[in-house]
Amino acid sequence: MSALNAWPLLGVAVVVAGFALRRNPVLVVVVAGLVSGVASGMGVGDLLALLGTSFVSNRNLLLFVLTLPVIGLLEHYGLRERAQAWIAGFRRLSLSRLLISYLGLRQLLSMLGLIDIAGHAQTVRPLIAPMSESAAERDTPIYEPTRMRVRAMAAATDNIGRFFGEDVFLAFGAVLLIQGFYERQGIPLEPFAIALWALPTAIAAFAIHAVRLWWFQRRVERAQREVAAQPARGVADAAH
Amino acid sequence: MLRIEHIYWLIGAFLLVAAGMNARSRRWTTAAFWAVLAAPFLFGEMILRANEAGLRWPAQAMGIGVIALGVLAARCGLRMHEESAADRPRRVVSAQRLGNRLFVPALAIPFFTVVLVFGAKYLRWNTTTLIDLSQLTLISLGLACVLALLVALRTTRAPFVESMREGRRLLDALGWAALLPMILATLGSVFAATGVGDAIATIVGAVIPADSRFACLVAFAFGMVAFTIIMGNAFAAFPVMMAGVGLPLLVLQHHANPAALGAIGMLTGYCGTLLTPMAANFNIVPAVLLELPDQYGVIRAQWPTALILLAVNFLLMWAVLFRA
Repeated sequence: MSALNAWPLLGVAVVVAGFALRRNPVLVVVVAGLVSGVASGMGVGDLLALLGTSFVSNRNLLLFVLTLPVIGLLEHYGLRERAQAWIAGFRRLSLSRLLISYLGLRQLLSMLGLIDIAGHAQTVRPLIAPMSESAAERDTPIYEPTRMRVRAMAAATDNIGRFFGEDVFLAFGAVLLIQGFYERQGIPLEPFAIALWALPTAIAAFAIHAVRLWWFQRRVERAQREVAAQPARGVADAAH
Repeated sequence: MLRIEHIYWLIGAFLLVAAGMNARSRRWTTAAFWAVLAAPFLFGEMILRANEAGLRWPAQAMGIGVIALGVLAARCGLRMHEESAADRPRRVVSAQRLGNRLFVPALAIPFFTVVLVFGAKYLRWNTTTLIDLSQLTLISLGLACVLALLVALRTTRAPFVESMREGRRLLDALGWAALLPMILATLGSVFAATGVGDAIATIVGAVIPADSRFACLVAFAFGMVAFTIIMGNAFAAFPVMMAGVGLPLLVLQHHANPAALGAIGMLTGYCGTLLTPMAANFNIVPAVLLELPDQYGVIRAQWPTALILLAVNFLLMWAVLFRA
């Protein structure tokens, strides 16, 4: 314990404070690296060389840049519009089936690297949220707080589908970040092995959220029945 | 033989093209940002070799370049590429004309990657393989992107220049965010080299019984979630927790499976991302976009999934990490 030099921990403090204060993340990270280097008693020359070699050694993380000309070109020729037309084909599904289908589709597309083909601006606002609302009020009208919960659930479903699909994609930052970290510490790993270990969680995420969506639809239906039974309360709530 | 360095040259060339296009439209900060970033791809191997041989100025110059990137990143804000309204009808028509063929080049990237990964052993010229097998996955991915681009050019009948222009559009839209994983990984290396990891490991070891695998795993999972909630980014939490707890205690002392620890550990952090307003892109922006009265509405909708999944991840790690 006595030999421990705790000063480099200042670097961690810089990261936490910088991110929490919403400063530019790249700048925060560079400053944090410099602070922990200076605090550990490194000379300027050593510190710059360490920063430079560490940066170069992690350059595999930018490999995904090579997918941009392909995806950009396809977007220019209507890839997103095509995906939207495809999702619009789910129109006749019930609320839970619609969102469960979207969850599965979002996970599969992310696993294949098509991460930004869908998203809050691309698909949730123009398609999934309004389609969820109309699926929820097919039989009886829904009142405002329920409508807002349906919208929020559509956005949550997009997040969960994206997060727990993208880690299975090889070129995605997370996989290469993990691989790069171990390689620098002398533990070589195949990116495939890491991506494979993301699969069980991806399946669990689908199962858990699908059950919740099914449950959510029952709650929405119950709320609608209650509103229908006590119309006065519904009106009073809406007035507030 | 095709080596990963050749793929890096391609990335460097593309970054230079993006820099040139930005310079032509007089967007100097962005142009400088991509130009500096091209350096590790064009000269990376030289820098590392020279440093090993004792010649340190190239690595030091790169270090100054990293600082410059930080300063430039703070100056060039993120711009959303505006989807011009006039352009949308053209894309709709094009989408109808090309139909599902548009998906083919996009799906060609994972397809060719997998084919090359499994087929590279058989691609030989006399006795040497055509692809360096030690970096097989990454080279396959790079090659797959090139092949997919050829397919995309054929499908759309677009000239090559157009793919560069559209690639640059996406790159500019990502801006400094494109650099985030790489710069965070760099921080992980710097933290390891400056003793941050050892310091955290010592402190954690003083607080919890480090002999207990279970206690170490609890500290790791809890730390990943807590740091992610504070910073809004699991990528940023990862190098800190790996250097401090994951590597010294779980992998080296208790022989945890490193691939599983990395993958599931990162996904444990993602559960934290679902819980925090700091991850504004995912949790706050959509609440605004969907005109929800409650800005925490999306977090409210997703926290039960996040907590159940967190428990599942923990049990999964406990079940698989320490199998011999």
